[in-house]
Amino acid sequence: MSYFTDGRQARAEQLIAIYPEQRSALIPLCHLVQEQDGYLSEEGMVAVAELCGVTPAEVRGTATFYDMLHTEPVGKYLVGVCTNIACLLAGGLELLEHAEGSLGVRVGATTEDGLFTLEETECLADCNIAPCVQVNHRYVRTTTPEQFDALVSELRDGGRASEIPSHGTLIRTRRDVDLAADPGLVAQERAARRAAVEGQS
Amino acid sequence: MSLTDAPKIITARAQYDDSHTLERFLATGGNDGLKKALTMTPEAVQAEVDAASLLGRGGAGFPAGRKWAMLRKADVSYLVVNGDESEPATFKDHLLVERDAHQLVEGVTIASYALQVNQAFIFLRGEFALGLERVQEAINDAYKTGALGTNIFGSGFSLDIVVHPGAGAYICGEETALLEALEGKRGYPRIKPPFFPAAIGLYGEPTVVNNVETMSNLPWIVLNGGAAFAALGAGRSTGTRLFALSGHVRNPGVYELEMVKHTFRDLIFSPELGGGVPNGDVKAIIPGGVSAPWFYPEQLDIPLGQDEVAEQGSMLGSGSIVVMDTNTCMVRAAWRITKFFSRESCGQCTPCREGSGWLERVLWRLENGQGRMEDLDLLLDLCDNIAPGLGWPPQQTTICVLGPSIPSSIHSAISRFRDEFLAHITQGKCPHA
Ligand SMILES: Cc1cc2nc3c(=O)[nH]c(=O)nc-3n(C[C@H](O)[C@H](O)[C@H](O)COP(=O)(O)O)c2cc1C
Ligand code: SF4
Ligand code: FES
Repeated sequence: MSYFTDGRQARAEQLIAIYPEQRSALIPLCHLVQEQDGYLSEEGMVAVAELCGVTPAEVRGTATFYDMLHTEPVGKYLVGVCTNIACLLAGGLELLEHAEGSLGVRVGATTEDGLFTLEETECLADCNIAPCVQVNHRYVRTTTPEQFDALVSELRDGGRASEIPSHGTLIRTRRDVDLAADPGLVAQERAARRAAVEGQS
Repeated sequence: MSLTDAPKIITARAQYDDSHTLERFLATGGNDGLKKALTMTPEAVQAEVDAASLLGRGGAGFPAGRKWAMLRKADVSYLVVNGDESEPATFKDHLLVERDAHQLVEGVTIASYALQVNQAFIFLRGEFALGLERVQEAINDAYKTGALGTNIFGSGFSLDIVVHPGAGAYICGEETALLEALEGKRGYPRIKPPFFPAAIGLYGEPTVVNNVETMSNLPWIVLNGGAAFAALGAGRSTGTRLFALSGHVRNPGVYELEMVKHTFRDLIFSPELGGGVPNGDVKAIIPGGVSAPWFYPEQLDIPLGQDEVAEQGSMLGSGSIVVMDTNTCMVRAAWRITKFFSRESCGQCTPCREGSGWLERVLWRLENGQGRMEDLDLLLDLCDNIAPGLGWPPQQTTICVLGPSIPSSIHSAISRFRDEFLAHITQGKCPHA
């Protein structure tokens, strides 16, 4: 029985297929686990390990290097406030402090209702609309305390659902190219490389 | 000052609200560059890029044509596009991937043809959720229109592009760390030599790594010729470049400007560009990402060109410029930048890992009025341990240049604003608070 549900098994298999070496799918697969479970669960890491041909410890060891992969549950909405230089100059630390107050949690913590986790982030590459705030890695562009609070209540009321899916869902556009059926040079090369790597090990 | 009449090379399409759609792409010359390239030999395409003198837009500014020529000949080789864009205050690739992903895909296909690689990867930082979707859409569109896949436009050339999401780590912008991440590992930079990507890259095969903006220039260069590109700008800095302006200016944003023909002052003060500083005046600017040493008001007339900035002791780097006005606390600015490095150090090298954390703690206590007079020498001494001599470009004692970049802001702040540090100590608090 496969770990992934709702068509995600097919996407997992596609991820394994599109890379010349299967371990390359490790991080995309971790994102896929987060989409399904909301965070990178233990069982999910075991499934990723099996698909990539590595041990679960290797998956955990890799995943813990990365800020976006959460091995503990987080809220439905991961709120990131940037305090790096351009945002600092625009009051990023003050906005973060405001966010702590209005959500009632410290940085790194999750609200009791499980809706929001607050993070202080590094530069999010949107420095002209500062301070920058992302929710589940979508730019929400709430630069004032008032805008921030309005967004929070909108999210509490279930708003913006299509724009901001719950935490873990990253790329919603499917790769709709079926490479397995592609008789071309690319697929041939990829298969040859796979065979060569598998022959070595 | 007035803007030069240089064409918009990579942001021409971005003026349209629907710039990200296939319809707009095709209606505005989309794929013309690629189609022309496919009628040329790969060598002829390389020659145009060489003639353009296109300097890499990711930070180091290495000429793309020369980098391509260094690719070791092998049966399998790869092109990897760097869209990690995590250098603080850099946000130009963000615009390119969200607003014109088709142009990027076209550029990547041209480069792949010139290099004769059949597999390319576009690595984007994971925080670009929309950008990742837009690039995947552009790839899907390209497959549907015959611009990607097997036998592209009947040329016999085949290519697949995979868009690969990062997962939140600045260091993955360093090209060898990026390759590690793409191989499903921690983003630890590799030791060079021997691991120069052109010789031993992805999966040990020769690999070209280029920035998103570098790639986005290629359709125009092929269509108009390398000479037309090289006719813009001056010296080694040819063509146009995206400048990301942020901080204390009226109109922060991304501006495409002809290289060298404008100065920092123009960018910051021109009404059509930055529009000036709303409160007070310029106190200092960071000219090329937070790894760069700072400039001061008397240096604002330096032209926006790679060598022009390097000659004055800093770097144009990622093309991002942060303006700090006269009310800015420089201790706080240096502290926050240092905190960034200490959070993002991958931890492989002792001077970088230990040095960055120690520096951050000292700066934090200074900012909070708990510093000691000896702290200034301590900061400089720690910096000197990371980058001996504190010169520019810095001496490197570490695996990658993240480490040697740490001293830039601290050294700049102390050299120019020592009295501000002293005021924090003598007043026992931040004078700006
Ligand atoms: C710490 C560090 C971070 C970097 N981050 C980026 C980045 O986000 N994007 C990028 O294109 N290059 C980045 N670079 C530069 C890359 O290593 C590499 O030089 C560049 O991607 C090559 O592309 P180009 O020649 O087209 O500029 C970084 C380098 C270092 C040392
Ligand atoms: S210099 Fe810093 S970031 Fe670079 S490899 Fe060494 S520890 Fe890692
Ligand atoms: S500094 Fe905050 S988004 Fe760049």
